[in-house]
Amino acid sequence: MALTFEVLARFNRARAARLTLPHFVCHTPLFMPVGTQGTIKGLTNSQLEDIGCQIILGNTYHLALRPTSELLDEVGGLHNFMNWQRALLTDSGGFQMVSLLHLADITEKGVTFQSPVDGKPMLLTPEESIQIQNRIGADIIMALDDVVKTTITGPRIEEAMYRTLRWIDRCIAAHKRPHDQNLFGIVQGGLDPVLRDICVKGMVERNLPGYAIGGLSGGEDKNSFWRVVAQCTAALPENKPRYVMGVGYPLDIIVCSALGADMYDCVYPTRTARFGTALVPEGVLKLKHRQMAEDTRPIDPTCPCMVCKNYSRAYIHCLVTKDAMGSQLLSYHNLYYMMQLSRDLHTSIIEGRFPEFVCDFLRKMFPKGDVPEWVCDAMEVAGIDISSCCAQFSSCQEYDSKNMTEELSLTR
Amino acid sequence: MQMKFVVKKAWSSGGRVGALEIGSCPGSIETPALLLSTRKGLPHFISPDLLTSLPSPDSHLLQISPLHFLEGLASTTISKLGGLHQMLALHQYGIAAIARDSIQCLPESKGTTKLGASFETPCGRLLIKPKDYVEMISCMKPNIWVTLADEVPAWVSDKRNKTSVDRTVRWLDDCLKLNPAVGSIFGSIVGGPNLDERKRCAEEVAMRNVTGFWIGGFGLGEDIDERPALLSAIIDVLPDEKPRMISGLGLPEEILAGIDAGIDLFDSTYIYALTLGGFGLTFSLDKSGNQYQSQKNQIGSDLTKINLRAKVYRKDMSPILGNCTCYTCKNHNKAYINHLFNVHEMLAQILLEIHNTHHYLTFFHVIREAIKDGRFEKFRQTFIESRRAHHEREALCA
Repeated sequence: MALTFEVLARFNRARAARLTLPHFVCHTPLFMPVGTQGTIKGLTNSQLEDIGCQIILGNTYHLALRPTSELLDEVGGLHNFMNWQRALLTDSGGFQMVSLLHLADITEKGVTFQSPVDGKPMLLTPEESIQIQNRIGADIIMALDDVVKTTITGPRIEEAMYRTLRWIDRCIAAHKRPHDQNLFGIVQGGLDPVLRDICVKGMVERNLPGYAIGGLSGGEDKNSFWRVVAQCTAALPENKPRYVMGVGYPLDIIVCSALGADMYDCVYPTRTARFGTALVPEGVLKLKHRQMAEDTRPIDPTCPCMVCKNYSRAYIHCLVTKDAMGSQLLSYHNLYYMMQLSRDLHTSIIEGRFPEFVCDFLRKMFPKGDVPEWVCDAMEVAGIDISSCCAQFSSCQEYDSKNMTEELSLTR
Repeated sequence: MQMKFVVKKAWSSGGRVGALEIGSCPGSIETPALLLSTRKGLPHFISPDLLTSLPSPDSHLLQISPLHFLEGLASTTISKLGGLHQMLALHQYGIAAIARDSIQCLPESKGTTKLGASFETPCGRLLIKPKDYVEMISCMKPNIWVTLADEVPAWVSDKRNKTSVDRTVRWLDDCLKLNPAVGSIFGSIVGGPNLDERKRCAEEVAMRNVTGFWIGGFGLGEDIDERPALLSAIIDVLPDEKPRMISGLGLPEEILAGIDAGIDLFDSTYIYALTLGGFGLTFSLDKSGNQYQSQKNQIGSDLTKINLRAKVYRKDMSPILGNCTCYTCKNHNKAYINHLFNVHEMLAQILLEIHNTHHYLTFFHVIREAIKDGRFEKFRQTFIESRRAHHEREALCA
C-alpha cells in the first residue's frame, strides 16, 4: 500500500479526507480531470496547479499506443515525461478497448482486440494491463475489469462480475510496484444488488488500498445509478478511498459525495468546453448561442477564475468552436468550476455545514424547486434534509435532463 | 493614451534604437521591436495568464486585425465593453490595429475597388470602406491604428500599382477627415516593387498629419533582392522622428535587413507559421551573431530551427534549447513536445508558441544591444555568413 487515507470529518455518510499519495497530498472529495494522452487538452501544468488540480487521469490504452509504456518507463514514468509533480491515476485500458474498438472480444484470458496500428488481433490480459501501468508509474492504477454496458441484462452481467473477481487476483499477483503504486479494485455487477454485493465483498476481502465503483455512467437511469453507489459505499471499508468511475456532472458528484464517495473522473467538463458549453451554478451556459454575442457579463459573475474575472460572454462567444483560445479559456473555467466544487464539498463537510452547501447548490440549479426525484431519494438515504430547496407539495419532480443533453455515453 | 516615440541612437550605416511609450505599458518599449501576432486580440495559443511569462515590457505590443471580429462580435458590443483593452483585459499592453493580419485576413487586390479594400477572411471576402473601418477603430480604441491600404502583389501592372498608391493616399485623407480621435494614426505606404511609386507614396503620406508610418505591400511576391532599394527609397523621405512599422518581413534575415533600412516595428506572423509547422527556434542568440558553434551537432536542423515532429526527438529528454529561460524550456523536453504533436494535442502549439515568441523577443533584444554598441553591421554580417557557411557545408555533405 502506498497511500494513507485519513477521514478528517463526516456528515452522516459524507466524508472529507486527506489522501496522501506518493506524489501529492490530496483533499477529498475530489474531481480528477482526464488527461488522456499525457495532457489535459489546452491547459499547461502551471494552469492546472493554479486552479487546484490534484490528480490527473491518464488513459493506459492511449499511452500504450503513443508514446508507448516502454518509452515512458525509459524516461522515468509519465510524471517525468509530462513534468507533472502532483498525483496521477491510470485506468486499466479495458474500457477504451470495448468502447473505442470494434470487434473487441472478452475471454477468460483477457480482452482481444484489433490493433489500431496494423489491424492484427491483440490480447490485453490483466497481467499485461498491470505491467503497462507499472511502467507508466501513476500513483493509482486500476485493475482490469470485465466491462459491460449497464443497460445490458441477463447472465452476461453475472459472468462479467465473477470474471472481474477472478481477474483482480491476477492483477494483484502481477503488480510489481505495490510500494510506489496503489492498485484499486473495481466493483462490478451491473444494476443487480445481489451481484454488486457479491463483488463488493470479494473486493474488500482482497484488502486493496482503495476501491472503485465501476460500470456506471453508461446511460443507466439515475434511480438505479444512485442506488448502486449507495449500496457500494455502504459496504466498502471506512478507511479506504472510494472512487466512482466516469462520474462528472456536478449534480452527480454532490449526490455521490453525500452517499460517501470520494473520487470522480470524467471528460465532461473539458469536452463540453470544447463544444462551447460552460459550467455555471445554474447548470450550463451555451456560449455558442446567438444571444451571448451581446452579453457583456462574465460567464459566471460569482466565479473568481481567471476567465470570469477578465472576459465577457460576448468575447468568449466569438472564440468558441472557432479558435483554439475558445477551448483553452472555457476548459480553464470548467475545470476551475470542478475544482471549486471539490473544495467546497471538502470544506463544507469539515466545517459541519454540508447540508447547507447541498441546499445552496440545489437552490441555484433548481430555482423553481424542481429538484429531481432521484436526488430527493438519494439525499434522504444520505440523511441530508433538502426540503427547504424543494417546491412545496410537488416536492420532487422527474429529472428534467437539464444536464444530460449531450455526451451521455463514453463519460469514463 | 497618446503614443510617444523618441529615437535614442541612430547610425548613418543603418539601424536605430528608439523608445516607445504607449498607453499603460509598463515603462517604455525599446525598438526595434516585435508586435505579437494575435487572433481576435489574444496570441493564437498563449492565454493571458501565460502571457505574463514572456519578457516584459518587450512582449507588451500586440497586433490585432479589426476584421477578425466581423466573425461574431459587433463593433458596438466591443465599444460597450469599453474597447479592446478592456475586452481583452490587457490594460498594460499596447495594441496596434492593422486590417491585414498576414495569416487569415489577406488583401485581395482583385476585389478592391475605388470604394474600399477587399480582404479574403475566414468569413468570406469582405469589402471594407474607409468609413466602416474608422467606425470599427473608434469602437475598438487601439493605441495605434494603420489607415486602410490598397495592397497589391508584385505582379500587377504598373497602372494597377499606381492606382493602389492613389487610393491608399485618398483613403488616408478619408480616415484623417473622419478623425475618430482615438489612438495614434500610422499612415499606410504602398507602391509595390516600383521605386518611383514607393517614393511618391511615402512623400505624400509624410506630408500628412500622421504619428507614424506603416509600410505595406511587402511579402507579396516581390524579389528579395529588390527590397533594400525599395526600403531605402521609402525611408529616405520619411522624417526621422516618427516610428516606422512594416508587415510581411518575418525571417531573421528579413528582420535584419528591415532594421538595417531603419524599420522600428515588425510583425510576428513568422512565429505563427513556425508554431503550426512544429518548428522550434534554436538559432544562437550570441551577441556576436555567430551561428557556427552552437548548433553544430543538431540533427534535423537548418541552424535556425528544429522540427519537433521529427522522430529523432522521440526520446530526447532535453529542452528545445538548453540555455533558454522560457516557460517551455524550463518545464518540458523535446520528447514530450514530439509526443504532443504526434497525438495532435493543443498543448504542443501552446508550448511552442511560448518558446518561439520568447526566442524572437530575445533576438530583438540582442539586436538592440548590438545597435547601441555600434556593432549592428558586424552582427548582421556574422549572423548571415555563419548561417550561409552552414548551408554550404550541408550541401557538400549531401
